[in-house]
Amino acid sequence: MIAPDQSLQEIYRHRVLEHSRNPHHFQRPRNIDHEALGFNPLCGDKLSVYLKIEDGCVADIGFDGTGCAISVASASMMTDAMAGQSLDDVKKMIGEVQDMLAEGISLDHPRLQDLAALEGVRNYPSRIKCATLAWSTLDAALNQTATQVTTE
Amino acid sequence: MSSMAPDNITGGLDIEAIRADFPILQQKVHGCRLAYLDNAASSQRPHSVIEAVSHYYEHDHANVHRGVHSLSHRATDAYEGAREKVRKFINASAASEIVFTGGTTESINLVAASLGQDIGPDDEILISHMEHHSNIVPWKLLCERTGATLRVAPINKRGELILEEMLAMLNPRTRIVALAHVSNALGTVNPVSKVIEAAHELDIPVLLDGAQAAPHAAVDVQKLGCEFYAFSGHKMCGPTGIGVLYGRQDVLERLPPWQGGGEMILSVSFEDTVYNKLPYKFEAGTPHIAGAIGLGAAIDYLDSIGMDRIAAYEAQLRDYAGQRLSEIDGLRIIGEAESKVGVHSFVIDGIHPHDLGTVLDHKGVAIRTGHHCAMPVMDFFCVAGTARASLAFYNSAEDIDQLIDALGVATEMFA
Repeated sequence: MIAPDQSLQEIYRHRVLEHSRNPHHFQRPRNIDHEALGFNPLCGDKLSVYLKIEDGCVADIGFDGTGCAISVASASMMTDAMAGQSLDDVKKMIGEVQDMLAEGISLDHPRLQDLAALEGVRNYPSRIKCATLAWSTLDAALNQTATQVTTE
Repeated sequence: MSSMAPDNITGGLDIEAIRADFPILQQKVHGCRLAYLDNAASSQRPHSVIEAVSHYYEHDHANVHRGVHSLSHRATDAYEGAREKVRKFINASAASEIVFTGGTTESINLVAASLGQDIGPDDEILISHMEHHSNIVPWKLLCERTGATLRVAPINKRGELILEEMLAMLNPRTRIVALAHVSNALGTVNPVSKVIEAAHELDIPVLLDGAQAAPHAAVDVQKLGCEFYAFSGHKMCGPTGIGVLYGRQDVLERLPPWQGGGEMILSVSFEDTVYNKLPYKFEAGTPHIAGAIGLGAAIDYLDSIGMDRIAAYEAQLRDYAGQRLSEIDGLRIIGEAESKVGVHSFVIDGIHPHDLGTVLDHKGVAIRTGHHCAMPVMDFFCVAGTARASLAFYNSAEDIDQLIDALGVATEMFA
């Protein structure tokens, strides 16, 4: 692997490429009680997010599907951040990442350090939805508001 | 930058002089020379088209077919002059067969809406698996409205229409065949003459979606014999928001109007309305006058080069691009029809098309990535999307080399 061009590092940081090549929690856990399918109609990407909630905490989490480097890396980092966390923290983190990608507000939660690698995506309007797909899908899975969400 | 291109890829055209006519090509993107290879989505405009539109707005604008003042006369002459240029461009027999629309999509919707007024639950509409959404959804809506059945002719692994299967689907219940002349996602040139001939044996009208054909080769609607031919201005160096529906005179005469308003009537009372003659019956409201004038200027520009020379040059460039792309490890071309235009859709193992698109953009290369508004085609090839490099006559071998170099950067980065 070679390091990407200077200008491309803004969006494809080393950490992003690592997660996209070897995504974490890239499977459907055995016993789940929440799930949702996220769809990005712009590119046809589909990600499913799976959860098992126990005692108000994320006991297990996973995802699968197809996506670009940005959406897979974002989903992978998300599952790392969420494992074992209370639902209050989960909701707080979802809000922070969405605010970071939509408004450019810096991340604060200690579990979101990796996610700072996605800050540069904000400068690529056509790619922001790639980064938010996993997060809106997780949100939908938690709320069970819909079995399928889209980025539109 | 490597320059592997043989010097003889010019098709006898002065590509440098042609490129100089296009102001937008003279810029840098992310510090790199712009290689614009997204022509199937939309082409660029030469200075003469931009000038024609601005001259119209600066000197001649008024509403058409209405006023008795000088500006209205000039605007009407320019608008109708553009219609005549379109007529000649596709060799229609009369200017009254040229309906200006917003684009190919609106042209197809016009036919679906108008023809649809006489379609019922026993009827069938026949399309193919390689259609753009704009030649699927209007027919699906029509079927939902009327209970008619949408039938879809299959394609093969090379991305070609399976002609015998399409012909076998024609039957007395078929009310129209709607087929891409050239596929936007695959570049496939369809055997439209054979389809038209077979359809006509059963008196079935044929609509050709010419959005990807008209910009790249001479079209002769009389020779084709189709009832309808739809295409867009913006894919052939004209403005956005202007398109054409060619309809054979006798067929258009029989069709009811689809939108009501000014311009499309001769007289209106609350009891009775008399529709205007062709083509105005299908042009309700103030049309996109500047768009039509710009399209006329685009046709002048294309004619000054010659559609046959454009087709010959683009074929050379297509072959060169195909050969260079085939040298890339892990790259698979989607759409390998024997007869195709300069459209190369492809996927690369392990790299998502959107990531390719972003990396290429950083190298100044503009391509389309995604499903190309042809999701059934993507499903057929079991891909979520592809990267698509699509050529125009103002592209050079240098553009292809720049694409190949940029793909090298992407494959190294995501390896």
